[in-house]
Amino acid sequence: MAVAERQLDMASQAAARPAWTAVLHDWVTSADHKKIGIMYILMGTVFLVIAGAQALVMRWQLVYARHDFVSPDVFNQLFTMHGTTMVFFVGMPMIIGMANYVVPLQIGARDMAFPRLNALGFWLTLFGGLLVYFSYATGGAPALGWFAYSPLTTKTFARSAATDFWALGLIVSGFGTIAAGVNFVATIVTMRAPGMTFRKIPFYPWTILWTSVQILIAIPPLTAALIMVMFDRQLGAHFFDPQNNGSAVLWQHLFWFFGHPEVYILILPIFGIVSEVIPVFSRKVLFGYEFMAAATMAIAFISLGVWAHHMFVIGMSRTLDMYFAVASLLVSIPTGIKFFNWLATMYGGRISMDSPMLFCMGFLAMFLIGGLTGIMLALAPFDFQLSDSYFVVGHFHWVLIGGTLFGLFAGFHYWYPKATGRMLSERMAKWQFWLLLIGFFLTFGPMHISGMLGMPRRIFTYEADRGWELWNQISTIGAFIQAPSYVIFVWNLVWSLRHGRPAGDDPWDAYTLEWATTSPPPAYNFDQLPVVHSRRPLWDAKHPDDPDWQYE
Amino acid sequence: MDGLVLLANSAAQADPTSIFEPASPPAESIRTLAILVFVIALFIFFVVEFILFYSIWRFRRRKQAGGADQAGGDPTAEPPQVYGSKPIEVAWTAAPALIVFVLVLVAARTLWEVKPDVPTPSPGDNALYVTAIGHQWWWEFHYTSYNGEPLDFITANELHVPVGDDGTPRPVYLTLLSADVIHSFWVPRLAGKLDLIPGVTNTLWFQTTEPGLYLGQCAEYCGTQHAGMLLRVYVDTPDDFETWLANQRKPAVDDPAVAEGKAAFLSESCINCHRVRGTPAAGTYAPDLTHLMSRETLASGLVPNDRENLRKWINNPHDIKEGCLMPAFGLSPEKLDLIVDYLATLK
Amino acid sequence: MSAQAVALPTPPPIEPERTLPPALWGTIAFLVSEGAFFATLIVSYITFLNRDITGPTPAEVLSLSLVAVTTTCLLSSSFTIHAAEKALKRGALGGFTFWWAVTIALGIAFLAGTAYEWTGLIRDDGLTINTNLFGTTFYTLVGFHAFHVTVGVIVMLTILGLALRHKVTAQQENAIAPVALYWHFVDGVWIVVFLVVYIIGR
Repeated sequence: MAVAERQLDMASQAAARPAWTAVLHDWVTSADHKKIGIMYILMGTVFLVIAGAQALVMRWQLVYARHDFVSPDVFNQLFTMHGTTMVFFVGMPMIIGMANYVVPLQIGARDMAFPRLNALGFWLTLFGGLLVYFSYATGGAPALGWFAYSPLTTKTFARSAATDFWALGLIVSGFGTIAAGVNFVATIVTMRAPGMTFRKIPFYPWTILWTSVQILIAIPPLTAALIMVMFDRQLGAHFFDPQNNGSAVLWQHLFWFFGHPEVYILILPIFGIVSEVIPVFSRKVLFGYEFMAAATMAIAFISLGVWAHHMFVIGMSRTLDMYFAVASLLVSIPTGIKFFNWLATMYGGRISMDSPMLFCMGFLAMFLIGGLTGIMLALAPFDFQLSDSYFVVGHFHWVLIGGTLFGLFAGFHYWYPKATGRMLSERMAKWQFWLLLIGFFLTFGPMHISGMLGMPRRIFTYEADRGWELWNQISTIGAFIQAPSYVIFVWNLVWSLRHGRPAGDDPWDAYTLEWATTSPPPAYNFDQLPVVHSRRPLWDAKHPDDPDWQYE
Repeated sequence: MDGLVLLANSAAQADPTSIFEPASPPAESIRTLAILVFVIALFIFFVVEFILFYSIWRFRRRKQAGGADQAGGDPTAEPPQVYGSKPIEVAWTAAPALIVFVLVLVAARTLWEVKPDVPTPSPGDNALYVTAIGHQWWWEFHYTSYNGEPLDFITANELHVPVGDDGTPRPVYLTLLSADVIHSFWVPRLAGKLDLIPGVTNTLWFQTTEPGLYLGQCAEYCGTQHAGMLLRVYVDTPDDFETWLANQRKPAVDDPAVAEGKAAFLSESCINCHRVRGTPAAGTYAPDLTHLMSRETLASGLVPNDRENLRKWINNPHDIKEGCLMPAFGLSPEKLDLIVDYLATLK
Repeated sequence: MSAQAVALPTPPPIEPERTLPPALWGTIAFLVSEGAFFATLIVSYITFLNRDITGPTPAEVLSLSLVAVTTTCLLSSSFTIHAAEKALKRGALGGFTFWWAVTIALGIAFLAGTAYEWTGLIRDDGLTINTNLFGTTFYTLVGFHAFHVTVGVIVMLTILGLALRHKVTAQQENAIAPVALYWHFVDGVWIVVFLVVYIIGR
């Protein structure tokens, strides 16, 4: 019935394509979680291209010692906007967008709990991003670094209104993020399909639930701190104004109380994606679900108590140094559990290296390295040398690209057929993967070395006698090798929309509910709300003789 | 002259700011920790990557003509489903926990080594106490005590300290303050970095037995010329250091041959920001110029301190350090020459 | 696959899950974020306590007697809103409207008290947000709390308007509950603010 309606619908669309204004109106006013999810992802993609271009300019400036390609101020604005954009307007929207699309489908719901709040969340995020970029209209973006250490943000040192637009934009987009967090919690807690108890929830929604908890706890302190910045700048308050006994260190505490959970907001959902993809492409059930689930919670909680490992160089007491070092090292235990469980899932499986799995393997191979350099940085004394050096730049790009971005690409390649009804081109996916991998290695690997050779981050140029030039040149070459891989990715998204192989409902022979409906799913997702007996409802359906619920 | 030799030395040093070339106890402790952690990390790396690639290779789906794959059965059949195993989970929770435990112990030991309690100056301690104040984008060094004897002079950007030997270590304690935004003192071969934060007092310790020039720079983003906030630490022999101290403690040279230049200098707004001890110039906003010519570099280490660069700098500082806080005053060439003549005598 | 006629295993029956409605879970999630927001402001207040070089200090200008009255108003409003909820559950719309109106009145009384306090502080004591750290943190913390009370009062006034037009029924219990929960939260925050600002910090 519904299928027939939809075919009719498509037929009539082919007959008379609606005017683009109608299409636009349809999207802009949509409260459908799938459309909002796609809009989030499109927003993230556009900002990814912008922030990527900023990175290329910076890499070109650093290709020679004392190179004079851009002025110091322009360079400082570039790294501020690059960091802010990548974290708030690429990473977060892509993560929230993907979850928006997938979570209701995976838990067998027709939409999010609050569809209109969902739309509000997206538009706030987008307008927050536009506000931050509006700072260019004041004659230049803020030049603060993405963590904007006070007192650089006070009126004395940042006279133009650029800083105000930056702070305001982040406040606004923060409200959008909180709205999304509220929505995910309500959705995942109350709207699961009949039979899908908390112990039977697929792994991805489980990670999104804990990501949302982190959003709810970590974003408001940033909002509060940004409001304090605005009060300092606009009303003459003294929060971060050392001249009047305000505290430059308080900002760091508040920022990193947000900033560290933020890192996990950007990686927990990736753990979820990987935990969906690896079982499907290994033809096995996820190994040790309960331990994985517990490890997710452990990471979510521990990560709320480790923030000052970003601040070892402010001169804390040895006791505090030690506390934050130990707490940070503890995170490596649940993360290790996850790693081993993924490997155990693959072990004894029948692995097919389709593009989602390929990116997952890239994730595993790369994220391990980012994790290990993270352990080095968590050791307070080692951090006295490495903090604020290019080693840190290498480390967090390794985690954010090798971890978050590879995982996101796995997710894109995995769910694109569901969202569009077409497969992405595997050929382009392989090109994208290898160019990205090689370029990524060349760009960020040498940064660890230049960092250990004493190169601080956020310098627009450097001296020739320091022995850093070679490593910077390799980085720059790597950046220009990476760049086309993003172009290929975007082109693949566009090209496959028309020319991709038709996907069918369940191209990967997968296990979770989103593959039980059509590709793309109808606006109401499911004709009938599915009934669930295990973590892999589709496995049960395909193996009625040996269903999962017997073993869980 | 010494300086020139040192300059040559620094050029000869391939990696003048490498954390793996320590020359001071804190930097050495950190290198020891670093090497240990690298070994552990490499071990974990190889084990995990091996399991990963082995699994990919061993269990990848083989599409062979015969249809039989490594499981020996039907290629469309699903492999055995293994849901988990408590003993295995416990094992791989315990293994990282053990590694973490070891790391915590070595980190604690290193931490107490690199951050000792700071003693107060006392006679015969051979210790040098300097207050380092970060400015946008230069370093002010206020010498306060050496070997228990109080000092009171100010210099900029180039820190001179005495070398110790095994019998008499000569520790250096830097009290770190900031006049504006946050900076960070980082000379990798001597010690880890420590921030200079407005409203906060930090103390950094290092000591070395190797004379020479040690390079570094500001490591906390501090505005436009963060990259131009270079740092030079000269470790002198005790005799050289005493000579240098004696010279620094004297007021500025007053050479009657450049009286006209001095008058020109004092008539300009230079004196609002700069100080030349023994003259009415008493500004504190910019580097102390009392012994300007005893320094090897200008603009916080960006260019050699010679007549040509000095003239270029005064004419328009932004030609050398774009965005720095000293404005170009538009002086006439004659006046410029007079002032340069004068400053060149401030040995 | 299963050529033989093997009896397929039948899954156990599904037990319906009992949980709060989405609106309440959404409210709880939102209030968690609000809690984090206020915690930040409170931590900042405590950080800057007694760090001023110049006055006025909290001990000099804050009046405990005034704030005791406003606190009583706000705390008792938690009971009145609970009474309103219970009345609605019983179907007693008159009782609901009455207790709801009382809650609003108490909220407004609290705001009036704050306005009076602030007027005195600004006019008589010369304490503004840029006077010193006390002013900075006091107005930010107490101001954001008062802002939340104001939002609560506006929302409750809207519902009162609907109630007076007989558009609130016992079936709307689920729509009223989030508002009540929010109001309890605002009260709870005030207890902490009161302790920190007027008892410990004074």
